[in-house]
Amino acid sequence: MPHIICCVKQVPDPETPSSQFKVDSATKKVLPVPGIQPVPSQFDTLATEAALRIKDKVADTTITLLSVGPDSYRDSLKHCLAMGADEAVHVNDPALYEADHWATAEALAAAIQKLAPYDLVICGRQATDWDMGVVGATVGEILGVPVMTITKDVQYEDGKVTVERVLPDGFETVEAPTPCVVTVSNELGEPRYPQLRQIMMAARKQVKAWTLADLGLAEIKNRVALRELFVPDTSVKTEFIEGETPAEQAEKLALRLREAKLI
Amino acid sequence: MASGVLVFGEATEDGRLAPVVAELLGAGSRLGTPVVCALLGSGVEPLAQECVARGADKVIVVDDSILSGYQADACLPVAERISRETDAAVVLFGQTIVGRDIAPRLAQRLGTAVAMDCVALEMEGDKLVAERPCYGGNARARYTFNGMPQIATVRVKAQEPLERDDSRQGEIVKQAADVSPDAVRTRVVSRRKEQAEGARLEDASVVVSGGRGLGGPEGFEPLEELAEVLGGAVGASRAVCDLGWYPVGSQVGLTGKMVTPDLYIAVGISGASQHMAGVSQVKNIVAINKDPEAGIIKSARFAVVGDWKEILPPLTEKVRELKAS
Repeated sequence: MPHIICCVKQVPDPETPSSQFKVDSATKKVLPVPGIQPVPSQFDTLATEAALRIKDKVADTTITLLSVGPDSYRDSLKHCLAMGADEAVHVNDPALYEADHWATAEALAAAIQKLAPYDLVICGRQATDWDMGVVGATVGEILGVPVMTITKDVQYEDGKVTVERVLPDGFETVEAPTPCVVTVSNELGEPRYPQLRQIMMAARKQVKAWTLADLGLAEIKNRVALRELFVPDTSVKTEFIEGETPAEQAEKLALRLREAKLI
Repeated sequence: MASGVLVFGEATEDGRLAPVVAELLGAGSRLGTPVVCALLGSGVEPLAQECVARGADKVIVVDDSILSGYQADACLPVAERISRETDAAVVLFGQTIVGRDIAPRLAQRLGTAVAMDCVALEMEGDKLVAERPCYGGNARARYTFNGMPQIATVRVKAQEPLERDDSRQGEIVKQAADVSPDAVRTRVVSRRKEQAEGARLEDASVVVSGGRGLGGPEGFEPLEELAEVLGGAVGASRAVCDLGWYPVGSQVGLTGKMVTPDLYIAVGISGASQHMAGVSQVKNIVAINKDPEAGIIKSARFAVVGDWKEILPPLTEKVRELKAS
């Protein structure tokens, strides 16, 4: 009966148009855009998808979702429950609201140990807010288990996990004994979208709420300090190439590129 | 008291020093002294002198077959030992497939943190200030560290290498890996290549990239033709790689490749921030898009609003003519 734990983070919707993206430099936070709801980090819905693909083959698989974050994270857990996960645990403690990647990883690892036995932990390769890409590997190190990062396919068989890692010029197939930690990348494909019936079933499912004390942790220290958050100026002066016909535009473009010594 | 900089080097598959190593050594020499370079791998010993020529004061070479074909479990104990012995204030990796994997794990073993994918680094006293893009390139964050060593992975081509100086002197020390094969819990079953033909995307001086606006995999044919005429490489947005229209190895963006051509021609690419993160160092972007409001146009030096199907063939033709003249 394999037990898979998927870590889920909630992020501002990355599809938010850049023009509406603003930060408050005083609090060093991204300002929420009115009318745009936060979403589960895309790579974490892929982690859930990877677990569900295993469950599609190994029917008695149990998938537990795990989040560390404030109240709103519940919505992201519900989304992944509706995708088909079995259980959800929400570590929700104000002492963790300003947690950095390492404090979060410690809380996740402690929760995973409390959820043991487990066979596989799946995380997204990075979260689409900070794009740091450290939490999955750090969790694996804290747990002292093998880690395989940036994968596009995850297969489970008794006592063994086989993945395809994404390399710059191809792929490699790697295997490790269970329990282990795997991070998944976008090459995995599209996550399934919950059906209405699943959303209604997920709405009725309990999300377990844990605090730091439930994890047996007194306090967790951050290892980095965010000194500044700002929006870089990337705009350039754009020259529009006009013309009566597309062919004329094309010719003008080629000539402009030649003048600029770019071709 | 921790001081100096430790750079973890890496070799390319064909046994050359990865270009990012010279950039890391350049960055390291601007951050502190001494600059120690650790070279872990199989057959890497001949590369040590080049590290010196590129700015290393000392090179620690661990040349051992157990380190061939990077596996974290084999490399980590060696990296941890060298980090502890060197006691550097700053430890640098390239933001490569190896750096992405090993740096977070080394940080945890050393009880410290790592700032990933940094584009700018500076010292304030013994404090490293690490600047990195986040929110898919929409924002930049500057971090300081609460402990030592201060580890950073550095984006490829974000730092200037030093001039190569083959008369530079440096100490070269060999160490044994001293890793038991039993410590390696993962096993590589196989590797396979998947790469588009033509110029390497990372090295190309011209890149022609296609996005969802191409409408299907067949849309890449005219792109390939234009790239060929320009002597460039073909790239693709994440959306089309995920759809299977083009090989994953051609993906440009935050989760794909960072490219730095002199000219980047984006065809049917809307310019999602995660894509723009892959071209953040490109000065000359041409956007060919039917939507004048497409995000990419803001970053483009030249924009052609129209249907790529009608623009590309005459463009390729005119470029061919100009190239021949």
